Amino acid sequence: MNDEQKHEEIHAILKTVDDPELPSVSVVDLGMVHEVTIDQSKVSITMVPTFAGCPALDFIEKNVKSAVGNIDWVEDCLVAFSFQKKWSTDAITDEGKEQLKKHGVSPPPENYRPGEEWSVNCPYCGSAFTSMENVFGPTACRSILYCGSCKNPFEAMKPVVNYSIVY
Amino acid sequence: MKPVETADQAKQDTSYYNALAELLYQLADDDFIISFRGSEWLGLAPHIEADVAYSSITQNTMGHAFLYYQLLEELGEGEIDTLAHERPPENRRNAVYFEKRNGDGSYLEEPYYDWALTVVRQFLYETMKKVKLEALATSSFEPLANTAQKVLMEQPYHLAHWKMWIAQLQESTEEAQTKIQLRLEEAWKECKDVLELGPKAKEMEQYRLIAGEDFLKKQWLKEVEATIKTPPSQPLDKKFGSGRDGEHTVDLEQALQTLAEVYDSDRNAVW
Repeated sequence: MNDEQKHEEIHAILKTVDDPELPSVSVVDLGMVHEVTIDQSKVSITMVPTFAGCPALDFIEKNVKSAVGNIDWVEDCLVAFSFQKKWSTDAITDEGKEQLKKHGVSPPPENYRPGEEWSVNCPYCGSAFTSMENVFGPTACRSILYCGSCKNPFEAMKPVVNYSIVY
Repeated sequence: MKPVETADQAKQDTSYYNALAELLYQLADDDFIISFRGSEWLGLAPHIEADVAYSSITQNTMGHAFLYYQLLEELGEGEIDTLAHERPPENRRNAVYFEKRNGDGSYLEEPYYDWALTVVRQFLYETMKKVKLEALATSSFEPLANTAQKVLMEQPYHLAHWKMWIAQLQESTEEAQTKIQLRLEEAWKECKDVLELGPKAKEMEQYRLIAGEDFLKKQWLKEVEATIKTPPSQPLDKKFGSGRDGEHTVDLEQALQTLAEVYDSDRNAVW
């Protein structure tokens, strides 16, 4: 098996590892997999957390390790979270966005400007007639909203504030 | 000075290492103790949305404490759990004001907690955190700079929340305004160590680990005074001493005992 095939296999396995708080949305589709390096039978995966204070990171690391470790040619799998590369809401794939909606969670708004209020369309009916109920939700990365059209409460992923301070 | 990229590089220079470790203890212990006081409000906040918001902020903040303890672990200071649970009060570096009890009573029986104290303290704390994070974002210790940049992407939500609370209560009834003002006056007498960097302050500044105390204090006051209507006129004081020097009150002992209760009952437990 050549390296390209190995990478494809790892990628396919990672597509089956879901975020523990968002069943059916894989860590790949959430844009959390930054880099995979393969050295013979050793695999190193660099991941980017959505929210640094997220308590699910340990579980994600464990699940990724065990899924990749199950591949027959893999002898060792290292998983590290990096803050060097910043997660951004753009990192969520189109498939990820669709899966989020099925779960009742709207993808984060595009073109968000820090400090401004934001709104998203309802993940169920698509209406823009929504209101923010609570910026804070059941996990650090989600907010609670309400749809005035289909009268459903729903959640949305918070946009992260793109805060760049350079030397 | 050149950026220091790894824990191993930081260990090459004892003086640099000591200043860095001291700073990380302050950052970790501040987030840790304020999260504990926050967790004591679970289920008790004025209404359900406030409860969800405060719990979410507290959980995320405890996650930030974890990141700093992790950096200390990488430096060889000990395991994260040991650092969080086993260090005696005199080794803790959190500001004294952050360990103060939420009010009378206890969480399990008759918690007569004070929301005005909480709103004032959380607002002052988040403002401090923002000012420090902005200074840490260009720290000479790169792993710390990266952590600060990442936390800065989340923390504006926390600060905005407590700014909203204090702004609204200041425009509310006379009772609310008085309560907030009294807690602000109280904070001014106790919270000076919040802006201090302790015995290694000079080294921290010299090694460009963080900005100097005077700058941090000036920035903090500017931000705080932009939101509060009537800032107390007396200078900041620290009537219970400085947590940065390891001085603490019995309130910290109570917090640490409660925090470590489960940990102490079975240190090998996994959950």
